[in-house]
Amino acid sequence: MALSQSEVLAGLAEIVNDETGIAAEAVQLDKSFTDDLDIDSISMMTIVVNAEDKFGVKIPDEEVKNLVTVGDAVNFISNAQ
Amino acid sequence: MSQPTLNQYETVKYSRIYSLGAARGDLTVTNDDIAGPIDSSDEWIRQRTGIITRRRASKDLSLMDMAVSASNEAIKKAGIQPSDIGAVIFSTITHPYQTPSAATLLADKIGANPAPAYDISAACAGYCYGIAQADALVRSGVAKYVLVVGGEKLSDFIDPTDRTISFLLGDGAGAAIVGPSDTPGISPSVWGSDGSQWAAVGMDASLLELRDGTHKWPTLRQEGLTVFKWAVWEMVKVARQALEVAGVKAEDLAAIVTHQANIRIIDELAKQLEVPENVVVARDIVHTGNTSAASIPLAMHALLESGEVKSGGLALEIGFGAGLAFGAQVVVLP
Repeated sequence: MALSQSEVLAGLAEIVNDETGIAAEAVQLDKSFTDDLDIDSISMMTIVVNAEDKFGVKIPDEEVKNLVTVGDAVNFISNAQ
Repeated sequence: MSQPTLNQYETVKYSRIYSLGAARGDLTVTNDDIAGPIDSSDEWIRQRTGIITRRRASKDLSLMDMAVSASNEAIKKAGIQPSDIGAVIFSTITHPYQTPSAATLLADKIGANPAPAYDISAACAGYCYGIAQADALVRSGVAKYVLVVGGEKLSDFIDPTDRTISFLLGDGAGAAIVGPSDTPGISPSVWGSDGSQWAAVGMDASLLELRDGTHKWPTLRQEGLTVFKWAVWEMVKVARQALEVAGVKAEDLAAIVTHQANIRIIDELAKQLEVPENVVVARDIVHTGNTSAASIPLAMHALLESGEVKSGGLALEIGFGAGLAFGAQVVVLP
């Protein structure tokens, strides 16, 4: 069964926390990965691979640059499920 | 009259690495030295690559000079004569002639003439490809001792304004002597390629484009994130397979010596492999940079010289890069 948007957000926040140490509560839909959360491209790729594993979705490399905010990633994962 | 029975090579049961030799570029290049043309900083480069300084060769120090120096050290430490060498395998992507090979000149310069000598082009996987071939040549009886060299003068093929790979790169050569052994010293190799990702890392133009004036001097480029993803998550599978075919577990290792591509790849690989704390993870990239085919023997040589690992321990070596090509094996440290 597909996860709800808030469940995807919670799961993604856990992945971000594991990779970067950023508090899960700080990972909000309107936050930009680079500008607000200061996540670099290599960490972003690690987050993407872990998200693919966790949610059972495929996020193409060329799609990663379009995932500007946490909300973008949550929407992409939710739609791909 | 009956037809005579052919002689064939008599096989040898085991092989091992006898010794290593190393030569690095004579210049120490800091991040500040190269940050200007890529609009970067020491901090940015350290954070994304782990590199503090890289070693590069001055104009007068050639790829061949470094290869000769590393080879002479390995030959001396192995306790053999250059004339004992039955084959010379030189892995390089920066020998500046299409032909003849770098290996034949190297063989002559070190006194191994007339040993068979050839180059292999497997980029950052090249040293592991060389060890796989040397192991096969020794155990099949084709050659008693094989000299494997991974050497690069990458600084001849970089663009100072390139933000994808040039700032990572260094120059050096690493050499190994492989020969017969009474006990197993080189595991089966896990090696392969994925040409569907041919364009992910390599030269940005062909020599034909240079000839036709449609492109400047070709230099190295990469799609960094694609390569990073492959180098970690696909190479973890290769590393696990290499341990499995070797019949060892990560906790049995003294060291893991990956291709020194980027500290983030090295650290993530080690994390994914769940390497126990007592296993040394080579991080020679910090002061040498990424030297492609040379990086594994240079890193292993450094660990042995510093005493961080001891001769006789087990090391997983894994190379990966342009091709995309990969190779891994577990070896007994010389």
